[in-house]
Amino acid sequence: MTALPPFQTLIDEHAGDVMAVCRGTVGRSDADDCFQETFIAALRAYPKLQDGGNLRGWLVTIAHRKAIDHHRARGRRAVPVAEVAAVTVTDPEPDGDIWAAVGTLPPKQRAAVTLRYAGDLPHSEIAAALGCSPEAARRSLHEGLKRLRKELA
Amino acid sequence: MRDSLDRLAARASDEGLLDVAYATADSPFGPLLLARTRRGLVRVGLPNQDADVLLLDLATRVSPRVLESPAQLDQARRELDLYFEGRLTEFDLPLDWQLSRDFRRRVLRAIARIPYGQTRSYTQMATRAGNERAVRAAGTACGTNPLPLVVPCHRVLRSGGALGGYGGGLPMKEGLLRLEGILDS
Repeated sequence: MTALPPFQTLIDEHAGDVMAVCRGTVGRSDADDCFQETFIAALRAYPKLQDGGNLRGWLVTIAHRKAIDHHRARGRRAVPVAEVAAVTVTDPEPDGDIWAAVGTLPPKQRAAVTLRYAGDLPHSEIAAALGCSPEAARRSLHEGLKRLRKELA
Repeated sequence: MRDSLDRLAARASDEGLLDVAYATADSPFGPLLLARTRRGLVRVGLPNQDADVLLLDLATRVSPRVLESPAQLDQARRELDLYFEGRLTEFDLPLDWQLSRDFRRRVLRAIARIPYGQTRSYTQMATRAGNERAVRAAGTACGTNPLPLVVPCHRVLRSGGALGGYGGGLPMKEGLLRLEGILDS
């Protein structure tokens, strides 16, 4: 068991990774909401956390759960509109194209790719976050990557 | 990212999840660490003390919900600024005494009442705390004072006038005594 460091340490060390996971899973415009929800939920649970050993993995897993909540809420909120405004989003980040393509993947593949490459989680932890076997997580990741390669080729 | 982090600190405070807020403050002796709980100022770290060690100690002894939140320490920072300019002689800050207990806390409460520009001896402080023979323990209480400056342990000297010790180092103790006009500058 590792003692819990001051929560600020988690922010200083992992805020960038959590933001990357949020961007990958819910998209750029809603990423900050996901980021806030993640750290507030983490802060709420933090004093009862049993072990400060893998705080990064713990945060990334919470971010993933918050992204799912976000998608559900969005599904409920969705209202049909007559016309969708054509908005061109210019992305200042070099990886913008890739993450835009990640955003078009089916949910499970998208989550697997984001958790692996933005969250840097191993297969076992991706599986835990997705609630599936490590083998299924590996498969989702593989399918997602295959699709991305085709998309970006 | 800065905006996101500011929003997070404000929301944590609104939702009652900010147990320990901290900030750094400048002083003529170097940077100070200031930390507070909802009850009041709980820790002042002096320039020669390692801030990371102090924060880890707060996480262990008070709560791991420790966040940097400068706005929460505005009043303390303002009063300390005025003190170092010689324009404030009495702090008016709510204090959280939870990091000291029993005899040590009684010693520190007695020290908090020593007026600006005056000194007392360790023996006097031991007596005030209810045990005139516990002079060494009174010295330890000063040495482990979690709220230096605000609880002015620099005003406690050895009987006979020798400076004794100081957690922030003797040059700082001398500097503070000069600031208050106790030592000639």
